[in-house]
Amino acid sequence: MAEGFNFELVSPERLLVSAQVTEVVVPGMNGYFTVLANHAPTMSTLQPGVAEVTETSGKAEKFVIFGGFVDVTPESCTLLAESAMRVDDIDREDLRQRIQDAREDLEDAGDEQARTKAQGYLDQLTTLEKAILPA
Amino acid sequence: MPSLKDLRNRISSVKATQKITKAMQMVAAAKLRRAQESAEAARPYSQRMSAVLANLSASVDSEDAPALMTGTGREDTHLLICCTAERGLCGGFNSSIAKKTREDARALQGEGKTVKILCVGKKGYDILRREFADIIIDRIDMREVKNVGFADADAIGKRVIALFEEGAFDVATLYYSEFKSVISQIPKGQRIIPAADAAEEAETGSSSIYEYEPDASAILEDLVPRNISVQIFRALLENAASEQGARMTAMDNATRNAGEMIDKLTLSYNRQRQAQITKELIEIISGAEAL
Repeated sequence: MAEGFNFELVSPERLLVSAQVTEVVVPGMNGYFTVLANHAPTMSTLQPGVAEVTETSGKAEKFVIFGGFVDVTPESCTLLAESAMRVDDIDREDLRQRIQDAREDLEDAGDEQARTKAQGYLDQLTTLEKAILPA
Repeated sequence: MPSLKDLRNRISSVKATQKITKAMQMVAAAKLRRAQESAEAARPYSQRMSAVLANLSASVDSEDAPALMTGTGREDTHLLICCTAERGLCGGFNSSIAKKTREDARALQGEGKTVKILCVGKKGYDILRREFADIIIDRIDMREVKNVGFADADAIGKRVIALFEEGAFDVATLYYSEFKSVISQIPKGQRIIPAADAAEEAETGSSSIYEYEPDASAILEDLVPRNISVQIFRALLENAASEQGARMTAMDNATRNAGEMIDKLTLSYNRQRQAQITKELIEIISGAEAL
């Protein structure tokens, strides 16, 4: 049995998960990475994606995360998401709306830097849509 | 002297008012519970956020830190963000926040600083525009918003940051009402830009061994604007709870006052009715005696 550690998933509206877990996969800015117990202290921003949580009981859950950051210490992992929900709860309309908003942001982007950022965000969102909502 | 009919009318109108205030009180009590719950649910996020922020700011040189964190180096122009409710009838809630904003604005103006005001919510704008119409730069309407969501706070945060980047102000202070209990809400001013002061208050833990991805200053750049939105979000939630608490107390008082008024009116109504009966009796008796 793998060693457990404390994991918390918080969005501004509420605390979604607070549990002992063995493994968490988070969508880091530079790619997905897995956090196990005794991970080196890390702090990373997140891109929109799916976080996978495996509790000590073996129960696995998936959450959709829209940006945020994660704070990892050897004994705990805290995921602060800008917005988060269970994969089962996700609403196609909501996701579409977000993509629509991202498109508008891209059009409104003034300088090159903002455009690159908006484009990146939009790409991540569309990838996410394809991944979790098979047509 | 009001006639019996007048008194009856008044009693029934006060009774109707009492019913309304009673209903408003109960609605406020129900809403208060919900507002309190959401304020509590939001607390872990802002706590973690400030802990992380403190950690980060300890490990980033102040030169690399974004301007939102360190400020512009000047303190000439102040932006006061006044968060109030959309509705009245909640005791001194709106006016106490507006009063605090007004006092601080006067004090800052006295020191020769430029003051700009951003109103969130209709009531604060209504109060402040009488005196400060020319320095209110914008107002944000929350009328459409039933339950404050993070997206609403984020929109305000983005607006404030955009203003900051245009160089519209150097220091931003957020005014809202802190929810202590149902009977006590304290208007508060909290400085949100530059954020460095806020971060210093938090305890700094072990920080140097962190690995940062992509790197510390990039994270900080991402985090600081978000922190501002979080602070605004927290203020709005506190405000929502305070508003309902204040309304509940105010409506409770109003209901009680209406009850007292009904008692008094009923007493004088009965007295007058008695007087009229007596008068009629005297008329009959003296009429009979005259015969």
